[in-house]
Amino acid sequence: MKAWAQFFEMGGYAFYVWGSYGVALLLMAAEVLLLMSRRRRGSLRQSAEAPKMKVLKENETTT
Amino acid sequence: MARRKINWYKYTSPANFYPLAGKLIPFFAILTALLLAVGLYVGFFVAPKDAVQGEAYRIIYIHVPAAWMAMFLYLLMAVYAGLGLAFNARIWAMMAAAIAPTGAMFAFISLWTGALWGRPMWGTWWVWDARLTSTLILFFLYLGFISLQSAIEDTRRADRAGALLALVGAVNVPIIYFSVQWWNTLHQGATLRLGRSASIAPVMLAALLIMIAACWMYSITVTLMRVRNIIMERERHAPWAAELLGEAK
Repeated sequence: MKAWAQFFEMGGYAFYVWGSYGVALLLMAAEVLLLMSRRRRGSLRQSAEAPKMKVLKENETTT
Repeated sequence: MARRKINWYKYTSPANFYPLAGKLIPFFAILTALLLAVGLYVGFFVAPKDAVQGEAYRIIYIHVPAAWMAMFLYLLMAVYAGLGLAFNARIWAMMAAAIAPTGAMFAFISLWTGALWGRPMWGTWWVWDARLTSTLILFFLYLGFISLQSAIEDTRRADRAGALLALVGAVNVPIIYFSVQWWNTLHQGATLRLGRSASIAPVMLAALLIMIAACWMYSITVTLMRVRNIIMERERHAPWAAELLGEAK
């Protein structure tokens, strides 16, 4: 327990060390999550447009 | 022995690159997680504390990889943008656009961690010296590229304008790299230099290299994710994309 407390203390530099790693890892995680939600939004919009696409396709095959 | 020829040109078509990128993402994501775990473990638990800077020096394991990635990614973005200008294949410009936000993020991380390292070691968050200022300019170049692209509605024109900015801005990268040699600065000299042995202990060097590898794998992962989003957004009316999304439902 004491060893961990000492570890997190970072020899008195806890704010600087964890402030660096915390923000960096937070940004990286946020980027991945944003990209995943952007992908989901993309396919949602696509399915909203899908009926229109289908009609286009049918027209194409008939002409 | 017969050598199987891979037609690389095939993958410059978004329709072929989209599924390839999708298959590569899990591979690079797993590598990222592994390298990040090992790198942080070695950096925090195996490497000893620095004789001069104590525990604060451990910021190096995120600061240096982030700064390197910001520079590397900018050059890579400029190369892709240049290829887009030269060959007019859509995929190159999409790659350049996919790299920019990740490069901007790493530039920000290098500035942020630099400030948090500078405060206890130099006694200041920020100085207007060559290394720091040129890195700030790199961050603004990324932001400029992103906002220029999103400000122009016509995609082709947006790509071309962005490519010009990316190529002109590439001059800044060697300035950042050599700034610690060319000018007097508070910033310490390069830890890693080509053709010279590193100026730190082997175990510290190992942690640093693993973290750099982790950041590379991370960059590849998110760039592939983003380029897939960009392809789908731009090409969603193309028959292959509509078909693929129809299947996914």
